[in-house]
Amino acid sequence: MRKALGLFAFLAFVLFLFAATISLRPFGEPPHAEMDSYFIEHAQEEASANNVVTSVVFDYRGFDTLGEATVLFTAVSGVLMALRHYGGKEK
Amino acid sequence: MRPQNSDMGLIVKTMARATIPLIGIFGAYVIVHGHITPGGGFQGGATIAGAGVLFLVAFGLSEAKEKINKNFYSVLEGIGGLVFLTAGMLGLGVVFFYNVLWHKGPVFNGEAGTLLSAGYLPIMNLAVGLKVYTGLVSALFAIALFRRWKK
Repeated sequence: MRKALGLFAFLAFVLFLFAATISLRPFGEPPHAEMDSYFIEHAQEEASANNVVTSVVFDYRGFDTLGEATVLFTAVSGVLMALRHYGGKEK
Repeated sequence: MRPQNSDMGLIVKTMARATIPLIGIFGAYVIVHGHITPGGGFQGGATIAGAGVLFLVAFGLSEAKEKINKNFYSVLEGIGGLVFLTAGMLGLGVVFFYNVLWHKGPVFNGEAGTLLSAGYLPIMNLAVGLKVYTGLVSALFAIALFRRWKK
């Protein structure tokens, strides 16, 4: 009974995967490309950087990068805090 | 005795002496040219941190303890974060993270594609590179120092 149920679930999942694969868009045609085109066309005049990724990361999405830097800072201070008790016993 | 002499052999040390400056130079190049070529602060900082980790692995903890001051690195990480935040607040008169240095600034306003262009992007790249490098090195150094289980 459990085997039959598992087989049925497996077949249903495989069918679902096949249906999803068939309904994919063709390669190289993303569904929403307006924002990409905007960045590619306007990044050089608006942020003056040839590297569009850098201008997106630091200029258009600067606030997100600030959060990322905060996450890194928190991680490093957490590591330093958790591994702090050396030196106390050895001396 | 065991943990103190935890350095590698002669071949690894010689290779590390040869490659650590090259890795550092390449990481600095990636950071400085972050607004022109692929790469940037995070990638270049991680590259230089790889050089630091190679130093730690090849020369052992006792040698690295003389060269690397962990508290100093941790302070430098805070300074990098503050510089990043300050560069973001430069154009606060318009909006947060407004690239005021590029639109009407005295420096970094060159033509796109040159090194002195792109407003605050090079400053932010330098700050983030410093932050990632010092943060990773100080975290890994703390992990290496912690390895003091009882014999």
